[in-house]
Amino acid sequence: MNFSYNWDWGVLLCTVEDVDIGCIAPYFYWIVEGFGWTIAVASAAWVIAFTWGSIIGILRTLETPIWLTVPFVKSSSTFKTTVIEATGGVVLINIAWFLHGFATVYVTIFRNIPLLVQMFLWYFVLPEIVSKEAGMWLKRELPLPEYWTAVTCLGLYTASRVGEAVRAGINSITQGQHYAAMAVGLTRVQVYRYVLLPVAYRIIIPPMTSDFLGIFKNSSLALTIGVLELTAMTRQIDEYSYQTFEAFTAATVLYILVTAIVMFAMRIVEGRVAIPGMISLGAK
Amino acid sequence: MEGGFDFAIILESVPYLAEGMVLTFQLALLGISGGIFFGTLLALCRLSPFAPLSFIAGSYVNFFRSMPLILVIFWFYFMVPLIVGRPVGGFWSVTIAFIMFEAAYYCEIMRAGIQSVTVGQVYAGQALGLTYRQNMQYIVLPQAFRNMIPIMLTQAIVLFQDTSLVYVVGLGDFLVHADIVANRDNRLMEMFTTVAVVYFVLCLLGTLYIRRLQRKLAHE
Repeated sequence: MNFSYNWDWGVLLCTVEDVDIGCIAPYFYWIVEGFGWTIAVASAAWVIAFTWGSIIGILRTLETPIWLTVPFVKSSSTFKTTVIEATGGVVLINIAWFLHGFATVYVTIFRNIPLLVQMFLWYFVLPEIVSKEAGMWLKRELPLPEYWTAVTCLGLYTASRVGEAVRAGINSITQGQHYAAMAVGLTRVQVYRYVLLPVAYRIIIPPMTSDFLGIFKNSSLALTIGVLELTAMTRQIDEYSYQTFEAFTAATVLYILVTAIVMFAMRIVEGRVAIPGMISLGAK
Repeated sequence: MEGGFDFAIILESVPYLAEGMVLTFQLALLGISGGIFFGTLLALCRLSPFAPLSFIAGSYVNFFRSMPLILVIFWFYFMVPLIVGRPVGGFWSVTIAFIMFEAAYYCEIMRAGIQSVTVGQVYAGQALGLTYRQNMQYIVLPQAFRNMIPIMLTQAIVLFQDTSLVYVVGLGDFLVHADIVANRDNRLMEMFTTVAVVYFVLCLLGTLYIRRLQRKLAHE
């Protein structure tokens, strides 16, 4: 084994340019800045992933039809399919079927294309296929285009995973609760708002935590479109100072630290919000 | 982009893209088989009654699961040649990175698989006088593998998608080859759309197959 590498942990502490001790750039601030961008990308993307993912997940649990009544003026012919019915002057459209279908297609598409390819689609392909003005706006006028592209891409990608977690959470609640809620006269929205979701969100804290950590780790993919987040910064330090492994170590430690803190915090949250007498999916 | 969607460029570059796809499949297959092999060993260590061994295996898993794959690829890309002492080529460095990284995930899957085998089976094996090794080899692991086939395949699809990350070290996989053509001929839209469609079709076929398999296993 020929491990010829000159360790110099000092480079990580460079705060000013000082050529004498090998600091040709303030590497310390680079790491801080990169870490800041990582957090900024991950948290903004999580907002999208959580809200949009919840909607997708709820739509995927719509099993019973929601009939939308449309006045039907033209002819009096009668036809029936499972999703659209026309009888005696009105058309009934089962919007639940369409919403459910949309959410399923969404999840299928976003889960079966590699995240990196999705990133390129958003960044390189989208400005080409929208109208000329919109394309120009995306390329020229949008402030921090790389940042917002990365946030959108990560958010919409993770939403498909959050959606699956939310669906699993809702489906794991016994049907009896659902029926009981309907029996006391709650509307469908109220059933979700007061009965299903409060329980479902508690149950899915562990998978949601891992989805959040997934976003946090996947934010490193933003470097491919030019966001200078933590991993990109360590690459840059490597290129400037050739102290490859010190920079990588710093990034590794930061990633592990955040992961550990988040997991610890979520375990406490899970314990705090647990419903007495209920065993949640993830709790041991 | 002038001239709308140019299908000719896609047809022209099919051989070059196929070449990249071969590398993608090589990486994925090596990663999956290596990952399952070492993942199973790790799972056995993790469930071992010998505390230091299970602690080390647990730390390994937690360590790799808190790191972004890109950073792991960078680590190994630079570290492997240094440890070996001579250039080994990007392919092997990255393959090792994938195996080490996936082993952590497969460990968790196999651990769940081993725990899904009822204790009675283990006791029965012990009652027959099987050694630990025989018990694992003939009784527990075959059932664990069988129970976990759908989840292992799902993870395999995830890994297949993750191989696209070798882009960051410029290894010539499917995406990188498409990227080279795209930038050479300024056909980003065509090439990246093609890449997305191909990955989508392959992964969807895999997903559908897994769903069928799950239904079949559930019936038995």
